[in-house]
Amino acid sequence: MTDTSAIIAAMQAEQDEASGQEHGLNAEEWQRLVTRLGRRPNLVELGIYSVMWSEHCSYKSSRRHLSKFPTQNEHVIQGPGENAGVIDIGDGQAAIFKMESHNHPSYIEPYQGAATGVGGILRDVFTMGARPIALVNALRFGDPSHPKTRSLVAGVVAGIGGYGNCVGVPTVAGETEFHSGYNGNILVNAMAVGLADQDKIFYARGATPGNPIFYVGSKTGRDGIHGATMASAEFSEGDEDNRPTVQVGDPFTEKLLIEACLELMATDAIQAIQDMGAAGLTSSSVEMADSGGENGEGIGVEMDLDKVPQRETGMSAYEIMLSESQERMLMVLYPDKIDVAKKVFEKYDLDAEVIGMTTESGRMVLKQFGETVCDIPVAPLAEDAPNYDRPWVEPKKRAPLDLASIPEPEDYGEVLLKLMSCPDMASKRWIWEQYDRHVMGDTVDSSQSMGNAAIVRIHGTKKALAITSDCTPRYVAADPYEGGKQVVAEAYRNLSAVGAKPIAITDNLNFGNPENPETMGYIVKAIEGMAEACRTLDFPVVSGNVSLYNETDGIAIPPTPVVGGVGLIEDLDKVATLKGAQPGDVLIAIADGDPTPGLGASLYLREILGREEGPPPLVNLEKEKGVADFTRSLVEAGLVNAVHDVSDGGYICAATEICLANGVGAKLTFPATGSLLGYFVEHQGSYMVAVSPTQADDVIARAQAAGIYAGKQGDFGGDAIVLNEDVINLPLSRLREAHEGWLPNYMNAVD
Amino acid sequence: MKTAVIVFPGSNCDRDAEVALRQATGQDPTMVWHKDGTIPDGTDLVMVPGGFSYGDYLRCGAMAANSPVIAQLKDHAARGGYILGVCNGFQILCETGLLPGALMRNMSLDFVCRPERLKIETANSAFTSAYAGRSDITVPIAHHDGNYVADDATLDRLEGEGHVVFRYVDNPNGSARNIAGVISENGRVLGMMPHPERAIGGHEGGTDGLGMFESLMAAA
Repeated sequence: MTDTSAIIAAMQAEQDEASGQEHGLNAEEWQRLVTRLGRRPNLVELGIYSVMWSEHCSYKSSRRHLSKFPTQNEHVIQGPGENAGVIDIGDGQAAIFKMESHNHPSYIEPYQGAATGVGGILRDVFTMGARPIALVNALRFGDPSHPKTRSLVAGVVAGIGGYGNCVGVPTVAGETEFHSGYNGNILVNAMAVGLADQDKIFYARGATPGNPIFYVGSKTGRDGIHGATMASAEFSEGDEDNRPTVQVGDPFTEKLLIEACLELMATDAIQAIQDMGAAGLTSSSVEMADSGGENGEGIGVEMDLDKVPQRETGMSAYEIMLSESQERMLMVLYPDKIDVAKKVFEKYDLDAEVIGMTTESGRMVLKQFGETVCDIPVAPLAEDAPNYDRPWVEPKKRAPLDLASIPEPEDYGEVLLKLMSCPDMASKRWIWEQYDRHVMGDTVDSSQSMGNAAIVRIHGTKKALAITSDCTPRYVAADPYEGGKQVVAEAYRNLSAVGAKPIAITDNLNFGNPENPETMGYIVKAIEGMAEACRTLDFPVVSGNVSLYNETDGIAIPPTPVVGGVGLIEDLDKVATLKGAQPGDVLIAIADGDPTPGLGASLYLREILGREEGPPPLVNLEKEKGVADFTRSLVEAGLVNAVHDVSDGGYICAATEICLANGVGAKLTFPATGSLLGYFVEHQGSYMVAVSPTQADDVIARAQAAGIYAGKQGDFGGDAIVLNEDVINLPLSRLREAHEGWLPNYMNAVD
Repeated sequence: MKTAVIVFPGSNCDRDAEVALRQATGQDPTMVWHKDGTIPDGTDLVMVPGGFSYGDYLRCGAMAANSPVIAQLKDHAARGGYILGVCNGFQILCETGLLPGALMRNMSLDFVCRPERLKIETANSAFTSAYAGRSDITVPIAHHDGNYVADDATLDRLEGEGHVVFRYVDNPNGSARNIAGVISENGRVLGMMPHPERAIGGHEGGTDGLGMFESLMAAA
């Protein structure tokens, strides 16, 4: 028998500042809470305030800086502030997408942490009425030699696959990198893209008083309590004991939830909807109440927690409100539609209960066992959350690194082999072969072709979305402003390369402790650099997530602001990928024509010389746009057989990647004025294209007319990579073995 | 040709099957919900699609094999109707006993998704006649439990009677004797792990799956 009176007494007990501190509220925040409330909170109220004011839910350290991002262009239907961003893709359809991190849980329990990261981001997208059509993930792990890295990779990959494969949404692209800076804090960022009709988009906002609050999905258990708070603090050694706060995912239930929600959304039953993600029932009900009302003036909610479907007996109001059990949704229904909704969820054998009503009071009132256990105004929870202007210092500029001061290697072939097989460049086949890339039957291009961006057809049409995720933490660490620009520009470049018109991005800003002014400086400058690129490229941010406190025992991760970019392809007959280069094709470099930068912050410098120094290559945003437009025009005109952007490892690695993807060699003739090291320089705003010999002159003439540099760099053919006769002469098979071999050898090694 | 696709909770290749059948036959297949749906009279082909019916809980296909719709599926088989089970559909057909053997966890223990070369063991079937003259086709696989097992006597019989339809050229999952697909004694029920419905053109899967639907059109 549950002792209800004991639970109620505990729930209603007045709390003090020490208790506030245990909940992660500092003295100032505690004072703020007591002032807003006009009294001290009880336990339930304190729990609710503490999660709503956590970094994870309130963005209290980043909010004022995030406002620097442009969030609109002619395609944007919904920018940041809802569950996900929405863009117009023509024909009455919309793409809905967002990226989100699950870093802390994935370090503690990699399989479930990564799996529930995928589940959560899917819910953000289908909550809005979209059928999810693609998943992407950006992963960063510690040094491969670190004792935990291998098991973390295995667990995270299995978790992503286990969830995405079962739910039946293809995982089409991603990136995986390794660096000792992530030894204590791995990054698991997952992005979902969905497709909806513009007249069937659902929002968290707009609920009006007097309507039933409907709970659907899995039962509520004790898992994940305080997950949002955990994601708002640093780790220290031994925090793996937090395992019970990591949620457990059930992709089967998620699949049913997707189908049931989309089926219900086809009727006119739902007034507002919000998934239960971080801080579960608390944040979902607060967000719907706060953004409720016909003009967004806010409404109240009253819920009877005894009606919440529960997995265990004896759960307290505190636990029910803070549980992060997965696969749950909260809706506000129109009153006459309860039966319609119940019927849909019955079909899928999912729990569905009316647990309360929206009210006019502007208050959140919660009852358990007939007693009131919470009665607080809604507005302060969301709107009065702290909004800090954290002190920050300008990151130090790195000294220039003169290319001439870098010694030439004895054997360029060995260098190329080493770069192509280094952990960041090596093939990630071992990972993406564990992901179903083809379910839903619309994957035109995925990780399978090692390409620039995935291409996913819009079902039943000749249109497609191009999708990419990008970040080069080396550059951001070297210069957050320039590195921030580069992150956005690279996404723009990857989408343009396949022939897509870039439309918008979602961002996932991963940094260390914002209370450290140096870390805060990186956050501020990276955001400002990204914002400048977004403005110049007309490539706004429509959704995103901030993950701070990625820091263990005072050591922060490298600054890692990841973006997920989405572009539109109007005609699938006019795309180009890494595949398609034929023997005899000419290799042409297309570039902005700016002088070659140095090797600062390059992969060459780090992998070959073991040095992480120097400024990053600069992005010329105006020219970036011009080169991208030009390259896209070549793709549209059908003039290129294969295309690749120049990034890690410079021109030579880009050319090698095209060769490996096509199984055809190349004879490269780089004019050796000065050091050949220039071909390892990571020149921005550049592409390499394979063009049939009869069209090469046309391509170069078009470039000249457009004021863009284009130059022949070699010819495809044979089965080796040959540079300037004998500088490099490597059989493709040897390069392939090195490139493909590293990850499986690493994962299968026994030590 | 009249077709139907069974939909279980957790099926996720049902739409892929629907698209492939529509493309092949020019008509919409009937989508049959496992709980209360009906396989229409006169249906020529029933497709049991891939996915994770019941989340693969208990054992892949085990719970779906006990779902209400299975009685109708067995009746359809008894009437000599065509049944194509792909991936989870193959697992379900084995669990119902409509096909011999079982699918175990892949030898590598990992999920595997990749284009796979399949040797055509017989073009003398209602499912493969269009492949006559071809030694192999490439069709995507995507599964965690595709490791086909049966006792030696069963395997000998399947091989002896020509009921092994496809074999893997590079066995991706440890299947006995590289078996990728088998057919029933009457030649009407085929189960296979690779996904022909994901190889019908216009996407990364290629076009080698089209032959299967063309063969069925010719047979029905």
